Amino acid sequence: MIPAPFTYQRASSVDEALDLASQAGEDAKFLAGGHSLMPLMKLRLAVPDTLIDIGRIGELSYIRADDGHIAVGALTSHDDIARSDLLASELPLLAQAAGQIGDPQVRHCGTIGGSLAHSDPAADLPAVALALGATFVARGPSGTREIAAGDFFLSLFETVLEPGELLTEIRIPRPQAAGWSFQKFAKRGIDWAIVGVAVQGSSVALVNMGSTPIRATAVEQALAAGSGPREAAAHAAEGTSAPDDLNGPRAYREHLARVLVARALEEAGSRA
Amino acid sequence: MKVTVTVNGGEVAAEVADRTLLVHLLRDVAGLTATNVGCDTSSCGACTVLLDGRSVKSCTLLAAQADGRQVTTVEGLSDGSGDLHPVQQAFRAEHGLQCGFCTPGMVMASVSLLAENPSPTEDDVRSALEGNLCRCTGYHNIVRAVLAAASERRPS
Repeated sequence: MIPAPFTYQRASSVDEALDLASQAGEDAKFLAGGHSLMPLMKLRLAVPDTLIDIGRIGELSYIRADDGHIAVGALTSHDDIARSDLLASELPLLAQAAGQIGDPQVRHCGTIGGSLAHSDPAADLPAVALALGATFVARGPSGTREIAAGDFFLSLFETVLEPGELLTEIRIPRPQAAGWSFQKFAKRGIDWAIVGVAVQGSSVALVNMGSTPIRATAVEQALAAGSGPREAAAHAAEGTSAPDDLNGPRAYREHLARVLVARALEEAGSRA
Repeated sequence: MKVTVTVNGGEVAAEVADRTLLVHLLRDVAGLTATNVGCDTSSCGACTVLLDGRSVKSCTLLAAQADGRQVTTVEGLSDGSGDLHPVQQAFRAEHGLQCGFCTPGMVMASVSLLAENPSPTEDDVRSALEGNLCRCTGYHNIVRAVLAAASERRPS
């Protein structure tokens, strides 16, 4: 099974990637690790006419502590994030979640920017970015802009990024509120989450409970009003629109969300 | 497009279609058929090879993404003198295979694990092989083999 024909181009810098994208037009896609895009291309669910390989742009692979935030380059691999000492001490939620994505082979290739820009609501890092209140930096033909994680995801495989616009950096405020947890339920280790939960402090975000990653606002409100973990978790499915699919009906996912949010809040509380 | 990949220490240069997958470059152009195509969907791990020393699934990478880089397949593990690599020896000694289809991928994933973590626990090994499926369900012996290879390599 191979993808439909396309033209392959390789960029060695962000500037070159943006130039190639503006020349290639709307049917071009950036290729980072390719572990979400290539399977879709094999199935003809994505048929770009040009792939711009940004995988070797070394300037976009870094993790560093800046004033007030941790900056992660968009091409930092899941494996590098999972093994980062800086993230283990400052943002263990991100490091832990990245270490649970797919399998080692996938984590060697997949990148944080690729996962976010791909906008799959079943992916782990989009919900983690929401729970951490991250800001995304994007560069495009009309310059650089910052986008709040909460404004970034529009729908399945759709974000506010314009054609030719490249996600370059993820900024996560520091320090974060104490207490964190990442819970994911899948049938096999390598599978997408049937439901997942990311908690940092009193921020709660859900994986695969709608067409985008979402904040569990009803849970957050209950926590703010003084509810305990189990009481607050009872609101986990409110305002969600979980899919019905071969992994289970919506009601099953709603039940899972309540169970996993309760576990996540209890674990986060024990770490606070 | 022209790609040049260093495979098992030797240069493989070829003119290929842009959409050519790395596994097809290895099997059809380089003639190295130990690397298997199993699921073709990056689930089963039968196509696992090392790219610049780290395990990857060659069915989900373009040959172009390996251009100018180093690839190691299971054929390249031993030094050619007839001796098997310690991980291969351990798979044989512990009977870490049944039909053998998943074995090249299992061995390469294990080599990558031991490079990153020379002293894995049994849990570490099971987690590290999550991306490699054995349809014969021979997992217990496979895990035993990886642990044996790890203790073999450790200076006592």
